[in-house]
Amino acid sequence: MDGLLALYIFTLAAFTGYEIIAKVPVILHTPLMSGSNFVHGVVVVGAMLMLGTADTVVQQAIGFFAVALGAANAAGGYVVTERMLAMFKKKEA
Amino acid sequence: MTLPIYVQGAWYLGALLFIFGLKGMGSPASARKGIVIAGYGMLLAIAATFLIPGLQNLALMALALVVGGAVAWISGKKVKMTDMPQMVAIYNGMGGGAAAAIAAIEFAKGDAHSVVTTILAVLGALIGAVSFTGSCVAWAKLQGVLKKAHRLPAQNAVNVVLALVAVGLGAAMVVLAPAQPELIFGFFAIALVLGLIVTLPIGGADMPVVISLFNAFTGLAVGFEGYVLGNPALIIAGIVVGAAGTLLTQLMAKAMNRPLSNILFTPMVASGPGEAISGSMKEVGAIDAAAMMRYASKVIIVPGYGMAVAHAQHKVWEMTALLEEAGVEVKFAIHPVAGRMPGHMNVLLAEAGVPYDKIFDLEEINGEFGQADVALIIGANDVVNPTARTDKSSPIYGMPILNADMAQNVIVIKRGKGTGYSGVENALFYTDNCRMLYGDAQPMAGEIIQQLKAMG
Repeated sequence: MDGLLALYIFTLAAFTGYEIIAKVPVILHTPLMSGSNFVHGVVVVGAMLMLGTADTVVQQAIGFFAVALGAANAAGGYVVTERMLAMFKKKEA
Repeated sequence: MTLPIYVQGAWYLGALLFIFGLKGMGSPASARKGIVIAGYGMLLAIAATFLIPGLQNLALMALALVVGGAVAWISGKKVKMTDMPQMVAIYNGMGGGAAAAIAAIEFAKGDAHSVVTTILAVLGALIGAVSFTGSCVAWAKLQGVLKKAHRLPAQNAVNVVLALVAVGLGAAMVVLAPAQPELIFGFFAIALVLGLIVTLPIGGADMPVVISLFNAFTGLAVGFEGYVLGNPALIIAGIVVGAAGTLLTQLMAKAMNRPLSNILFTPMVASGPGEAISGSMKEVGAIDAAAMMRYASKVIIVPGYGMAVAHAQHKVWEMTALLEEAGVEVKFAIHPVAGRMPGHMNVLLAEAGVPYDKIFDLEEINGEFGQADVALIIGANDVVNPTARTDKSSPIYGMPILNADMAQNVIVIKRGKGTGYSGVENALFYTDNCRMLYGDAQPMAGEIIQQLKAMG
């Protein structure tokens, strides 16, 4: 990828991340940490790309490991975050 | 590798959904919808990846997805709310491990890359590996598997030497690319050990900040590996999380009044004997405590981790409902580090059914303690210690605290006379307007409920 283009993406993404968190109430910090933990679970896509182009057994083994870990990051992150956020209710009926 | 437009488009859409999702998670009302939106983004990105023509090992890939996904899904469904922080830590560590493994395969393939690409691959691998083993240690500590803080002699020197060796090996990988298997292996071994060694001496109280830091680390690692793979979706998701996580880490460290450098490099110790505390602790029974609150016009409850450990939050909410029926105004005051992570206490209260509009942050509520008739402190200690305001020699000096001592009366539900997490004596317990209600939070709250019911 074009290095300069990537630099633009890096910078803008960093600002976006900062802005998203900057105005969040403290009560949501734990779920948000968990939610952002889920989002970097997208690493599973990268792991799939590596496993999909692995040519040796060693590469396949590491690739399998990477996909499993990435999937666990995504699935676990989602479940845990969803469980926490489902409890935020405004008023008991 | 040139990818079909529908794959690229799906990834782009996935990245957008992540950002919208995170944005949604920024406010309580839309938070639930936020995670669901981000979830669709993830499904879309994974599904699109399967459609890339020419990809091999598809069966193996599906198996890995099912195995990793199912194990995490089931454990995530089962985990108790009090154990949530270590669960986040372990999932985060797995993400870091995945990022490091991606780099490992990239090195093993030994394809020619530009210097910038190799540098970012090495950096991502280093950060990811540290986050992997470091998060595992964080999990073990909070889970109680690892009980003590293990400190090596000359710990800081060992950290620095290990870090330098890791960076040196990383630099060698860039210069000598494509690197020999021995070098790759040595680099990863050192990086993994570094994560262990850096995290082991850190105490449980500081662990939330460390988990948040590793979360930011994993984000960065994913972003860097995204560049290596030429995948903007990974870059965006990873860097957004890296930046958000860094800010979150700073906010947490600030709330604890512990600069990040202190958390990583120095253990928490009392710097002096501290000022002498005068007065004595005065006991009170459940019946008097109930009466004080029943005939108050305003009660502020300060819950701490002790309440969560005793699983008293449901009883406390029941008690709150009774007080409100009797016309008492009840509010909950949450210190930024109540529980194990910022916001953890809110989650625990929410689980018990306490609506979030009764729950207030330190800044919001601190001015109100003066008008409160009773401040009820349940299982909290350091966060209401007025010593933090006055005693410069105290290790918690300067930490923002809840001004519970300003209330007319203070009732403290506490198991015994011991000190809090920091090991510092609490001057509040010795003041004239403070009464101690000794016992486990849950049965005590139960007794107060009985008494309140008897008063009608």
